[in-house]
Amino acid sequence: MSTLVLTLVIGLGLGALYFLVASGLSLIYGLMHVLNFAHGAFLTLSAFVGWAVAQAIGVSSWGGFLLSILIGALVGAAFAAVTELLLIRPLYERHIEQVLVTVGLSFAAIALFEGIWGTDPVTIAGPAWLSRTTPVLGASIPNKYWVLIIAAAVVLAALVLFLKRTRYGMIIRAGVENRAMVTALGIDVRRSFTLVFAIGGSAAGIGGVLAMHAMTYVSAHLGSTLRIFAFIVTVVGGLGSLTGAAIASVLVAVLQQVANTYLGGTGDFIVVILLAVVLLVRPQGLMGRRA
Amino acid sequence: MRDTTRTRWVPLLVGIVVVAVLAMLPLLNLSIPGILPGPTYTPGSLALMSLCMVFAALALSYNLLLGSAGMLSFGHALYFGAGAYGLGILLKAVELPLVPGVFAALLGGVVIAVITGAVAMRVNGIPFAMVTLAFAQAGSVLVRRNQAVTGGEEGLGLNTAGVPDWLVGVVNTRNLYWVSLAVVVIIYLAVLWVDRSRLGHLAAAARENDLRVRVLGLHPNRAKLIVFVIAGLCASLAGIAYLLLQSGTQPSAVGADLTITVLVMVVLGGVGFRWGAILGGVLYTILDQRLTVLARAEGIQQLPDVLRVPLSEPLFILGVLFILVVMFLPGGIAGTVDSRLRRRRGGTADAGLEAMDEQDVLEPVSR
Repeated sequence: MSTLVLTLVIGLGLGALYFLVASGLSLIYGLMHVLNFAHGAFLTLSAFVGWAVAQAIGVSSWGGFLLSILIGALVGAAFAAVTELLLIRPLYERHIEQVLVTVGLSFAAIALFEGIWGTDPVTIAGPAWLSRTTPVLGASIPNKYWVLIIAAAVVLAALVLFLKRTRYGMIIRAGVENRAMVTALGIDVRRSFTLVFAIGGSAAGIGGVLAMHAMTYVSAHLGSTLRIFAFIVTVVGGLGSLTGAAIASVLVAVLQQVANTYLGGTGDFIVVILLAVVLLVRPQGLMGRRA
Repeated sequence: MRDTTRTRWVPLLVGIVVVAVLAMLPLLNLSIPGILPGPTYTPGSLALMSLCMVFAALALSYNLLLGSAGMLSFGHALYFGAGAYGLGILLKAVELPLVPGVFAALLGGVVIAVITGAVAMRVNGIPFAMVTLAFAQAGSVLVRRNQAVTGGEEGLGLNTAGVPDWLVGVVNTRNLYWVSLAVVVIIYLAVLWVDRSRLGHLAAAARENDLRVRVLGLHPNRAKLIVFVIAGLCASLAGIAYLLLQSGTQPSAVGADLTITVLVMVVLGGVGFRWGAILGGVLYTILDQRLTVLARAEGIQQLPDVLRVPLSEPLFILGVLFILVVMFLPGGIAGTVDSRLRRRRGGTADAGLEAMDEQDVLEPVSR
């Protein structure tokens, strides 16, 4: 019983991490039809900068922890916005080239990170509370998973509020639904593209810093691993659907953890099987619209 | 009349001459300073040239997928790895001789390509790219985890017991070079045959306008799947050559990074051009090797950190080069040369990627 609870909570925490990365990917794809390979690079840069901030302020202090998350979000947003302005914007409506440019950026960025921070993982020890455990139903849950879950819930709530309550949010939602119609109504959807990139980048940045604190290390390849699971999550959840991304990230991560615990570490493989099954039964994803 | 026969025979003659010259290189003493580490008959240069051939072959097979059929796959390394690991495992664990081993490995590559291709083709365009990436990742995980069979992170060494002596060892690098050259020629001919066949025309038509092909009562998905499987088969063959050449294989031969590398090669060379893919594969391999040497050069090491760090990362330079090509030279090297030539002759230019983008824009309407 305690093993099951532990597995489920760890799965939920991992799902929270996937959601932070996948939400931006899904929104960007939904609005702009851009598959952003550089999303992993946003995340990794934020993690490294967050690491530097935490080192400067004091790794074990809560101030350093919170500030590293804040700075990570800002760095992710800035990197993403600059990417959109310099690389994506000149290639509007040329979707394959847009993918290729983000592939190139990710390629170059990972090499640069290796050059700056080295090929070996850089370790960090966060506030002492993070490495302790809390007993729940007889299981000792590492506290870092609570932080991940809370952070993802806050980001999800903020995104939903932004999309439902603000003018820009409404334009973005309408743009995902039918971009041609929004443009026909005289609204320049393209202006919100940079915004969507910045939002996605900041969510990925938060995810990156939290992943660093949760794993207690950061390497240049941190983003590439998370990016693949984020892709799976966005396809399973349905491209462009935030709700779909939220449900799918929990589903994928919990399944992965359960398989890792009870089926001899086959989690990654089971996730790909899940992807294949979803594609065969429902190619548009759980919450996707177009058949 | 004379003109048409000439256009038909000239490429064939050029091809035969190029292959003949390449085949004679190991017997000659040519030095190309800055590109090859030594004269062409030395094992070091031959190994580099063979690696160029293997990646040119892989790039050709990827060009069949992206350039001819318009499928942006991020899982192509899976079939390359299936060839390399398939043969490696058969030689080591089953102790098959080389020739049956090669055929069995190719068969394995085809089976994997049929299964993954059929599932991935449930979706089109960008989602297809994501799904193929996930499959390649699963392959990579399988290879890394099953240490007993694949050697895990350490990689799998070539068991030379089943391999004929003339393909083993540094002394025989030139035989391996000729094998690699033969692999490129075989894959080139296979790709050429697909491009010229009804199948290739159907896949190309579906790339341009999928809806129109389906309205005509044809089955573009079946044609695309066959092209996908042939591309996978060619990639497996390239992987087999890689295993023999490197006398082993590492997990990176299956990973997503290799697919992205191949994508970079094809786009640099020019999507949709067979000679562009070959050029891209050769150029990338040489740049990668030479930039690594350059990074250790004294001139670079003495630069301030701001310049030294980026310049000593070959992949950073290649990534930036790739971005620049995509943004400012959309046809790649071959596409740019081709459109210059056509413009001089008074025709219109049409780069491969742009045609695909138009299709991509049409997609939401056609559904």
